[in-house]
Amino acid sequence: MNRTHAIEPQLAQFAQLALQGLAAGAIYGLVALGLVLGYKATEVINFAHGDIVMLSAFLGWGMIELLHAPFWLALVAGTVLVALLAYGLEAGIMRRIVGQPQFAGVLLTIGIGFMIRGAVSMSFGPDSRNYATPWTGQSTHFGALVLSDLSIVIVAAALGITLLLYLFLRYTALGVAVHAAAQNQLAAYLCGVPVKRLNSIVWALSGAIAALCGLLLAPITLVDLGLWMVILKALAALVLGGFGSAPGAIVGGLIIGLIEQFAGVYFADGVKDMMPYLVLIGVLVLYPRGLFGEAHGRRV
Amino acid sequence: MGGGSSGVNDDAVYLDSRVLLRTPRERLVYAALAAALLALPFLLPTYYVGELSFIFIMCVASLGLMTLTGYTGQVSLGQAAFIGIGAYVHANLLTLGVPLPLALAGAAAGAALAGLAIGFPAIRISGLHLAMVTLAFSILTEHVLGRWKSVTGGHGGMPVPDPSLFGWSLGGPRAFYFFCLVVLCVVLLLLLNLLRSATGRAFIGIRDSEVAAQGLGIRVGRTKVLAFAMSAGTCGVAGALLAHQTQFITPEAFGLALSLQLVLMVFVGGMGSLRGAILGALLIGLLPSLISEFKALLPRRISEQSGLELFVYGAVLCFFVLIEPRGLNGRWLKLRAWLANFPMVRQTSSRPTKVYMHSERSR
Repeated sequence: MNRTHAIEPQLAQFAQLALQGLAAGAIYGLVALGLVLGYKATEVINFAHGDIVMLSAFLGWGMIELLHAPFWLALVAGTVLVALLAYGLEAGIMRRIVGQPQFAGVLLTIGIGFMIRGAVSMSFGPDSRNYATPWTGQSTHFGALVLSDLSIVIVAAALGITLLLYLFLRYTALGVAVHAAAQNQLAAYLCGVPVKRLNSIVWALSGAIAALCGLLLAPITLVDLGLWMVILKALAALVLGGFGSAPGAIVGGLIIGLIEQFAGVYFADGVKDMMPYLVLIGVLVLYPRGLFGEAHGRRV
Repeated sequence: MGGGSSGVNDDAVYLDSRVLLRTPRERLVYAALAAALLALPFLLPTYYVGELSFIFIMCVASLGLMTLTGYTGQVSLGQAAFIGIGAYVHANLLTLGVPLPLALAGAAAGAALAGLAIGFPAIRISGLHLAMVTLAFSILTEHVLGRWKSVTGGHGGMPVPDPSLFGWSLGGPRAFYFFCLVVLCVVLLLLLNLLRSATGRAFIGIRDSEVAAQGLGIRVGRTKVLAFAMSAGTCGVAGALLAHQTQFITPEAFGLALSLQLVLMVFVGGMGSLRGAILGALLIGLLPSLISEFKALLPRRISEQSGLELFVYGAVLCFFVLIEPRGLNGRWLKLRAWLANFPMVRQTSSRPTKVYMHSERSR
């Protein structure tokens, strides 16, 4: 009897940590999913992705607190606005560096990210702020476990978006065209796929996912300029899941979230913040294919 | 050095081709530049002397990254880690009472060791993956510097003793200016000579085609690690100087922002040229001062906000990627060619060639 009593709280703590880790990991996975989409289409890792997440959080705050829009309207409007912005970025700017070395894409997206961050900082100011959602301050009990409703919504959104994306890529003509263009642009083009427009659409899609992340994440972490840093964790998720694999991104994100939570409790102080980067380096050096990476020989 | 058995005349020919400044005009220009650099600290106000020292330090760091990215083709988004390691090793050695030149060498060695550590994985990965590994390494280093309180003083920072050489204090703005200038010149000469040696040619070979380099008998892995170590060592020296410049070092000073700033310098200056590294460091180093001059012209609402500087950095980077991918050095070469052929200039001679999508997925 005594032994079970000693173990039970530990088990409960373990489960609680796992739940929180999954909630945090869902966000990383969702951000990584946006990165994967853009990478598949244009072979560019969008280093401005985190800044787009941050921008959408500020847009959401502006609409809810300044324009007094209802949350759902802000969610939809913010997603559409950011998707349009991402479409414009691809069609207007990224397209110009097609054919240049990958480094050019890295630098250009870093530059765009700087500009977005600078512009947000100039127009909104550097202070953190917050806005309310229908789920703010509520939580659900699962037996002994507690999880805030917002986290549940985020996990549900992550799973829902992944499912929708899978169905879209698998069963719609547009989705199949995205696959085709990602595998062989020239062949897809010769088959009549409008590759250029497709690339812009994929970027818009990735922007929309980033916007959803930003709008759902901000009420938990505060609307802050530092929100862009979520991309660093997402990169770890992306690498762990296998570069360029959509399900891998989500699974990688969840694992990174779990690792972070457990490291925070069971390891020394400060290890929690370092864990995602250690995983990133470790995976890339020891097993660059990742969990769901493509099997055929690719030089990384 | 050429073959051994040839006569005195042949040696003289080799000597001629080894000279760094070949034409009288080049010698004149560089002599004028040297005179100007020697005279400047006596003509400028103290604030600008300090600013120039800072730019010299950035030049050293940017030269280090240029060796790696511009010449060897290895992307590094984490160069600030090596600068930070150099700064902390230097400060610690000075605190222990080690003389300045030895501490400087120690900073270079410490950073070079870290470069070796990150260079070994670099044998296996390249491109985007390497960019991400170096990025993660930079963040990790910042965390470690912040946590390792007994050595680094943690986030509270640690003071840096004043530099002194053979009993002379180099702490004053003018003395420190000359100290930085001397270090910059030494580093520049070393790299200049390194890059035209067999090792330097091997670097360039690896940048242009690893397969071809291997076919020519270059040991690709070893050379890459060497490039990482050299680049890191150079940045370590820059870190040691930077520690003196700021006099008090904190881990935050060596974060992602500095790494990206260095990448900006190298790219804006122009990949694959030491002159570009210096031009880039000059432009990016002066940018904050230029922006604050320019702020007076803007409406108050914008000029009072803090994001302007970041926005301008981003705009400069985008401008160079899109409009002038060969950087300031490329522009300078075009200008020189234009001046040289002035009446017979052809517009098309400097137009970029058209490029097509070239997948790096399954090279």
